[in-house]
Amino acid sequence: MASALINVPARARRGEIIEVKTLISHPMETGYRRTQLGAVIPRDIIRLFVCTYNGTEVFRAELHPAIAANPFVMFSTVATESGTIAFHWTGDNGFSVAESVAITVE
Amino acid sequence: MKRHTSRRHFLLTAGGGAAGIGLASVLQVKPARATPAAMQEAIRKVVGPARVNTGKVKLELPPLVENGNTVPLTVSVESPMTQADHVRAIHVFTEKNPQPDVVSFRLGPRSGRASVATRIRLADTQTVVAICALSDGSFWSGSADVVVTLAACLEDG
Repeated sequence: MASALINVPARARRGEIIEVKTLISHPMETGYRRTQLGAVIPRDIIRLFVCTYNGTEVFRAELHPAIAANPFVMFSTVATESGTIAFHWTGDNGFSVAESVAITVE
Repeated sequence: MKRHTSRRHFLLTAGGGAAGIGLASVLQVKPARATPAAMQEAIRKVVGPARVNTGKVKLELPPLVENGNTVPLTVSVESPMTQADHVRAIHVFTEKNPQPDVVSFRLGPRSGRASVATRIRLADTQTVVAICALSDGSFWSGSADVVVTLAACLEDG
């Protein structure tokens, strides 16, 4: 079961640039590795990460097999208003995880 | 004609034959990895016909990596990140990984700061390139050379 860790400040001043750190557990199997019997291990990666702030997309990352296991993504966004920051990871084999955090802007 | 093959002669011909087989197998086995040409092609696909300028992009990677399976990478671009002048996207490419694409980040004026970080895999000692697309349509690049002692992607599962 995938679990995500998200680090966003709970409070921020209006217009402040906040740092968002996300980490999700996922093997990010490249599709280039083989078992000891020589069979190719099929690819299983997260392909897309999207962050929305009160419904508006503010950041997006398209991932490829060269991203390390348990993808870590850090970016920044402007704290515009109080509300929720939502995160959505989608990938191979129907992988889909959504998380959200609340933020208070003063 | 000498009918009996001497031991020395046998070893010489056998050795030559083995070397030939070895060379043939080396030529046949194409390792699954991108070449600098493949990277250039991948960059072209993103950039199109536009010119890529050098500068503005700061790509930070450790110069010496012990474990290629997880390498911290930070890309930052000098940009005011306003509605009129901001970074639209940052793309990262490698020369010698099995495929040149690593990650593409989409940013905008809501980002506030053009700085992103992640962790990547590196299959070999190589050059990593970051290309950023600005809102005015120009492209800028930065690169970093990394020495990798333990490569990713090669171990068995």
